[in-house]
Amino acid sequence: MTSNSLSREALQAIALEALTQVAPDLAEETIPPDADLREAYDLDSMDLLNWINALHKRLGVDIPEQDYPRLASLGAAADYLHRATRAG
Amino acid sequence: MTQVFRMPSLGADMEAGTLIEWTRQPGERLARGDTIAVIETQKGAIEVEVFQDAVMGRPLIGIGDKVPVGAPMAELEPAGPTVQASGTTAAPPSERQGPSGPAAGDKLKDHPAQSGSQPEPPAKSPPPPDATPAATHQRASPAARRLAAQQGIDLATLIGSGPGGAVILADIQAASPQPETAPAPARQPTHARPDLAAMREAIAAAMSRAKREIPHYYLAHDLDLSDAVHWLRRRNAARPPGQRLLMGVLFIKAVALALHDFRELNGFDRDGRFEPAAGIHVGTAIAIRGGGLVAPAIHDADQLDLDALMTRLRDLVARVRSGGLRAAELSDPTVTVSSLGERGVDRLYGVIYPPQVAIVGFGTPRPRAWVVEQSVQARTVVTATLAADHRHSDGHRGALFLARVAAHLQEPQAL
Repeated sequence: MTSNSLSREALQAIALEALTQVAPDLAEETIPPDADLREAYDLDSMDLLNWINALHKRLGVDIPEQDYPRLASLGAAADYLHRATRAG
Repeated sequence: MTQVFRMPSLGADMEAGTLIEWTRQPGERLARGDTIAVIETQKGAIEVEVFQDAVMGRPLIGIGDKVPVGAPMAELEPAGPTVQASGTTAAPPSERQGPSGPAAGDKLKDHPAQSGSQPEPPAKSPPPPDATPAATHQRASPAARRLAAQQGIDLATLIGSGPGGAVILADIQAASPQPETAPAPARQPTHARPDLAAMREAIAAAMSRAKREIPHYYLAHDLDLSDAVHWLRRRNAARPPGQRLLMGVLFIKAVALALHDFRELNGFDRDGRFEPAAGIHVGTAIAIRGGGLVAPAIHDADQLDLDALMTRLRDLVARVRSGGLRAAELSDPTVTVSSLGERGVDRLYGVIYPPQVAIVGFGTPRPRAWVVEQSVQARTVVTATLAADHRHSDGHRGALFLARVAAHLQEPQAL
């Protein structure tokens, strides 16, 4: 399956799934798509890096360090991944 | 002969642990370092290891039982005729006391020079509790010592009310479990989340002891982190996310390397006497969402390259989040490093985790006006701090140490 066939909604679901894998203590939370993950859920640098890594592995998307701020929320991540997978 | 595996002490603040599961069934073989059980402590679910080859024997407690440190958990049978096991006790009190839990013996084998790491000669019976070297770390009356040994209470966990802070019989009685009362109802253990209320109590106990007993002195040093930031950025740009490094790893390595020449900051206070540690095992403070923190050790951090350190840190954070820290990691840090990360404030004044003698803090790196060769520039600056035990080191040496840490961070490629 190529990742460029995935809808934005599917990508947002993948982003959430990857997040709860690297931060299982957030599994019971209901995370609004626009919530700032670092501010509202106390994601630290390691959590963020692990999440980015999980998305990279799952979708094959290259996410350089300077783009991390563009994945500040689940919704923003879905937008970013949607663009990146279509472009790829 | 049959020996007894006992509830290990995983730090000065641990009083008891709850059995979550046996990872071996009676009759199964255990190699030194294998996990025998998972216990729940204030710090979450912890895997505990045996520190000699053995065969799992009869369990002495059940799933859900909460028992004090030192209490018998299971019988261990000798591993077999080819294995030297005749004289070594399953859990000699000298290795159970204090911060070096039984699992620490597994680490100690790499450092044969460290006292207490030598295997006991065969045919020697286990020493009486009041004659073990570790028992002298905490001042205590002989009667208190005997009762503590019987009850399996780690003297190092107690604050004595006797003369000079000595532990007396009444202290042990106050700390003793009440065997006649019904055992606490088995809680449903959660691997995912440590008991935050219990962790808060544990932190309170350890930090109260630190502030009561340890004469801290504090130093702070602003240092230019720009070169390290640029080096890290360039390095990470060329790598996939799984191979990128965090600045915190550079901090840990710089501290570990600097400690080579400042051994008085790496080790333990033993009843007012300094015991240097052979290895540099950096306790790495990891905050837990919802409150609390743990500081498991990265063993021999000075020997690891940055990639290996990053792998270890990544693994530790994952296991803090999901449960499954190992006993040795919690019981034997020789120093602590605490970094506030990207969303913190300028500086951190640490409180030493007893019986360690130093904690190094890093504030949040941020751009500041900085003088470089007679001109003011915007540079990324971080404030490194040291809180150290004034009984064992002085500000002069502490200052030289922080300057050494700063020097290492000026040459990130050499870390």
